[in-house]
Amino acid sequence: MSDDAGMAETGGVVKKFLYVNRKAPYGTIYALEALEVVLIGAAFDQNVSLAFLDDGVFQLTKGQDTAGIGMKNFSPAYRALGDYDVTRFYVERESLEERGLKPDDLMDITYEDEDDDWEEKPSIQLVDRATLARIMAENDVILSF
Amino acid sequence: MKFGIVVNEGPYTHQASDTAYQFTRAALEKGHEIFRVFFYHDGVNNGTRLTVPPQDERNIQRNWTELGEAHDLDLVVCVAAAQRRGVLDSSEAKRLGKDTDNIAPGFRISGLGQLIEAGICADRLLVFGD
Repeated sequence: MSDDAGMAETGGVVKKFLYVNRKAPYGTIYALEALEVVLIGAAFDQNVSLAFLDDGVFQLTKGQDTAGIGMKNFSPAYRALGDYDVTRFYVERESLEERGLKPDDLMDITYEDEDDDWEEKPSIQLVDRATLARIMAENDVILSF
Repeated sequence: MKFGIVVNEGPYTHQASDTAYQFTRAALEKGHEIFRVFFYHDGVNNGTRLTVPPQDERNIQRNWTELGEAHDLDLVVCVAAAQRRGVLDSSEAKRLGKDTDNIAPGFRISGLGQLIEAGICADRLLVFGD
């Protein structure tokens, strides 16, 4: 029994997966365990996007310091997701505004675009609520955390 | 229709597991197929055989076990989430040096890949959680 024992034959099917992150990073375990799903899921060669809304936008804020709460700061892992071909982070604009956050408060998360001479591009895309609803409708599998 | 079911909350505190159970039962009664039920986050606590609810209350673990036996369901507990929360099968308990296991009959422990696979293989993946 090991963490990767769930690998299985999926017959070359590629679906659009959207991971919906709705919770703040440290008050509950949802954000951390969602990230674990994203990392394992990256091995399956699916079409993957992440959405951040409600308190989930706090997961991407700069300068997280967990020293005082005895928990691991896992926020650097989001910046590594580009290496796993996870390059679309949809952040809901209204959720940022409702919490007094600005785009500059979020980490600089980038990926290297293999279809564009490995140019470094931002992974985060600000979208409004209506657009995010449309993105959700366009995806095949929505896992909400 | 082939459904995948995800249970993200533990028993009793939250209704998610009850609702997932009722949905699964109703879907089977209507002739649908359940590809897999995957237990994640505190949902892994639905798979411990050591719960002892009062006799006049529903036994959520036993409900799942009996539904699983009746319909040959694949009830999968996430290994990483389970280890954090103390849900072990006999081989995990032995490997990790614990003196007992507690996985309930009809459940098995496996990796998160089983969740992704359910998303790929099922026609619809339903998440029951907070």
